[in-house]
Amino acid sequence: MTEPTRLGAAEIQQRVARRELRAEEVMRAHLDRTAALEPRVGAFLALDAERALDEARRLDRALSGGAEAGPLAGVPLAVKDILHAPGFATTCGSKLLRGYRPAFTATVVARLQAAGAIVVGKTNMDEFAMGSSTEHSAYATTRNPWDPGRVPGGSSGGSAAAVAAGMVPLALGTDTGGSIRQPAALCGVAGLKPTWGRASRYGVVAFASSLDQVGPLARRVEDLALAASVLCGHDPHDATSATDPVPDFRAALPRGAAGLRIGVPRRFLAQGVEPETLARFEESLRALQAAGAAIVDVELPHLEHAIPTYYLVATAEASSNLARFDGVRYGARAEGARDLLHLYGETRDHGFGDEVKRRILLGTFALSSGYYDAYYLKAQQVRTLVRRDFEQAFAGCDAIATPTTPAPAFRLGEKTDDPLQMYLADIFTVPANLAGLPALSLPCGLAAGLPVGLQLVGRRFEEETLLRLGAALQGATAHHTLAPPL
Amino acid sequence: MPRIDEKTVDSVARLARLQLDPQERARFARELESILSWAESLQALDTTGVPPMAGGASAELRDDAPRDGLGRDAALGQAPDHEDGLFRVPRVLPG
Repeated sequence: MTEPTRLGAAEIQQRVARRELRAEEVMRAHLDRTAALEPRVGAFLALDAERALDEARRLDRALSGGAEAGPLAGVPLAVKDILHAPGFATTCGSKLLRGYRPAFTATVVARLQAAGAIVVGKTNMDEFAMGSSTEHSAYATTRNPWDPGRVPGGSSGGSAAAVAAGMVPLALGTDTGGSIRQPAALCGVAGLKPTWGRASRYGVVAFASSLDQVGPLARRVEDLALAASVLCGHDPHDATSATDPVPDFRAALPRGAAGLRIGVPRRFLAQGVEPETLARFEESLRALQAAGAAIVDVELPHLEHAIPTYYLVATAEASSNLARFDGVRYGARAEGARDLLHLYGETRDHGFGDEVKRRILLGTFALSSGYYDAYYLKAQQVRTLVRRDFEQAFAGCDAIATPTTPAPAFRLGEKTDDPLQMYLADIFTVPANLAGLPALSLPCGLAAGLPVGLQLVGRRFEEETLLRLGAALQGATAHHTLAPPL
Repeated sequence: MPRIDEKTVDSVARLARLQLDPQERARFARELESILSWAESLQALDTTGVPPMAGGASAELRDDAPRDGLGRDAALGQAPDHEDGLFRVPRVLPG
């Protein structure tokens, strides 16, 4: 019998549904592994083993009583600490939200739970999802399971590390500029950012509303497809969630890569990709070509402007979204304030970390009178140019491939003193957010012993194309089976 | 093009309701200056007649019908301070 922590979410569900494995055994195996490895990885901000075991036993009893197994029955799930999950505090990795216990549940979490998934805990993240290394968490350091001296990526670094370490087969992250795909790539797992609007953001703390999206991380494409089919779909609580029908994404996987055209923006890649990372990328393209895909060149001339555009748009929206953290309605309040304005100022100065303050200041500046046209409006116009680039490119291809990151995981502390260097870690991931497109990162091998990722970006609402290519790559290679030396 | 000095940071921080200490002001002035000068590359792009992109899909409106909200107890439940069903804050006008 395979060790349960080596199984994917779909395999666990199948065995639990057939009563070949009890949900409790599955959960215990994952909790034991988590207890053994967590001191070295630090993926979680909160764990509740007793609750998870109780829920697993309750599921076992229900199944024994003849209840039908849901599509994620018995699957241990880790949730990024930006999503509200019942019974857990939501901190967003910030001192300002220390101890905050939301009175409602994120729709995506509720959907996964209704399908039988069991939440084991909340994962570490960059404060309010602002960062690319998880080093901006106010609470803990998460280490890359492949090398404890390196970052797991971010901002969903805890979720990616937990999946890579085999603590859970499935985790939830959020992605505003690459926060699912970049840590997935650096930890050697797969991650899907669905189309903007595909999944509800009710119960997800907002960072930049025109860019934010929730999505799954897992070791296998099949599991991403399974989870995405459950968590996507319209939610009356989120007016921006799309009403488009959600297909059974897994049903598309056997169609493979045949007949699909993959566009490669060669000129954009020339901006600089570490040689081994580029070599793994080229090998993946060849594997997809052998699986039946055609490789074509595409031009995306405005992508070189994507990072500054992103940092103006995202910070402007963040400065507005984070205005709600004022020490009045929730969170930690600064003591001894003289008056209300002083209370706001002190609460926010003590509650927010440096990167959050930096972004609030930048965004407030970009929106302020006299600078609005030159910065915010200009960035929104360039955003249109980026979106048009993609529209033109998709006339000649079905997906666009780049490496997910320019290089493998960097060292802890390497970029914390240089915000610009940290921002450039997202150079290949932010364009999909600006254009609202779905994007998938897949493990594509090791560069100097560290995992790197292949990113595929698709047309709006065409996640199926990306997942088909992902399944084809996993059919042709063994990258997704590599496990860190823990 | 604007250069960010400590005075600019101070006025932006006031707008953002951030009470910064002098060291923070100096550091953020330096960092924001460097981030913004890097973002200057956008100014060279000709965007004449290009409409701004404000978001993704169009929103689906729900019926304008009454429904239950969170409820007062739940809404107050996470407040650092409340009294008689109201949020409690220090004096609003500076003393």
